[in-house]
Amino acid sequence: MSGIVWALLGAAAAVILAGCGSAYGVGVAGQAASGVVTEDPSKFAKVLIMQLLPGTQGIYGLLVAFLTLSKIGILGGGAADISVAPGLLIFAACLPIGIVGLVSGMHQGRTSVAAIGIVAKKPDQFGKAMLFPAMVETYAILALLISILAVSGIQV
Amino acid sequence: MSDTKYAYAVARIRAMEVSLFSAATIEQLIACKSYAACLDFLREKGWGDSEGEKTAEAILEREEEKIWEVMRELSVDQKNFEVLFYQNWFHNLKAAIKKVCTGDNDTRNIYFEGTNMEPEQIERAIREKDFASLPEFMQEVAQEAVETMLHSADGQLCDCMIDQATLRAIMQAGKKSENQVIKAYAENTVAVANIKIAVRSQKTGKSKDFMERSMVECDSLNIQSLMMAALGGQDAICEYLTGNGYGEAAEALKQSPSAFERWCDNRMIQTMKPQKSNPFSVGPLVAYVLARENEIKTVRIILTCKQNDLADDAIRERVREMYV
Repeated sequence: MSGIVWALLGAAAAVILAGCGSAYGVGVAGQAASGVVTEDPSKFAKVLIMQLLPGTQGIYGLLVAFLTLSKIGILGGGAADISVAPGLLIFAACLPIGIVGLVSGMHQGRTSVAAIGIVAKKPDQFGKAMLFPAMVETYAILALLISILAVSGIQV
Repeated sequence: MSDTKYAYAVARIRAMEVSLFSAATIEQLIACKSYAACLDFLREKGWGDSEGEKTAEAILEREEEKIWEVMRELSVDQKNFEVLFYQNWFHNLKAAIKKVCTGDNDTRNIYFEGTNMEPEQIERAIREKDFASLPEFMQEVAQEAVETMLHSADGQLCDCMIDQATLRAIMQAGKKSENQVIKAYAENTVAVANIKIAVRSQKTGKSKDFMERSMVECDSLNIQSLMMAALGGQDAICEYLTGNGYGEAAEALKQSPSAFERWCDNRMIQTMKPQKSNPFSVGPLVAYVLARENEIKTVRIILTCKQNDLADDAIRERVREMYV
């Protein structure tokens, strides 16, 4: 496979894996949010924020994919002629946000479900409840940082 | 991650737990000046139907119906709750056998309704001796109980056989279930029933043979030792319970019969309390059903006490621990 294929695979992995993590997380948190709103519609805004928290991994994956596509010239309309080594390096650079995005998105979704339970019973504890799923975000941000630094630093 | 299929249901239950009666609410109910004031208080809390009958029995019955209406709305497989119906199913079996075998044509309703198995289905099975149409765990005992009733007309023996079969069915359901809450429910129900049998047998001077026909093996108690303790008297039972992790039961038993009955119910609620912090699995749903049943039972006790002009302290002695 040529380098451009590896680089594109990297961009695809970042979007697909992180997107799957977010889709799972937002989905499961959405189920819990629906359960609370069924009984108490006044909590809609609070549980919506909880539901959205696991959605960021998908955005991070998209960001890294954009950077990658820009790097290899696909976005500009003229794909660069990349050899296998830099292509593989770009692929590897995309993996952190892909893999961490998948795992953290799923776990952040589950943590959001638990936090929605707190909001359901004690809405005044919303601030504290939001901190629990937000902690999971840290690791997605770290992975995003490494992916951005790595993709930006590779010479093609 | 398959446990997340209950995310909607558990979150909805969390929102509903807010309206469960707390110990403070129960205290307010006790503080009501009269029986009528208690009913007003319950209606203010949304109990019963705004349009329906206003009697206590109608209010409590409506609340029991609401539990299962909610569970059906949650779109959760109702088989998860089947074990909770076993006691009612077996009660209906007992009632059907006695009705059919004694030729009783009384039209009063002797059955528990809304238990996922129509009482008429049980009655028809008994009348036509079509035991195969009953659930598997009921077939053998139904046949034996019918034969016993027809040959000896011994209602107590019949009850004894069916009660033991109930406990056995609950225990088996617990062992088969992969859910920890169902396991805990089964173990707790059977252990508490064994203790009750031992206590009552000791008080009424029943034989070891009777206890053997009533008790069912469980993990937390050795029923042979419990039977021997029951034959030795109440102190022996208390000593056995204290040495086997049921010290609170022994304390309650020494205190009074009503304290012991209260402990039996409190024990189940205490077993279910960890479900308050479980965001997944069917556990919180089962716990909610038991919490609601416990709440309704407590309100019924308070109303009965109020109706009979019992002092507030006497009522408090009978009040069960609340889930929230």
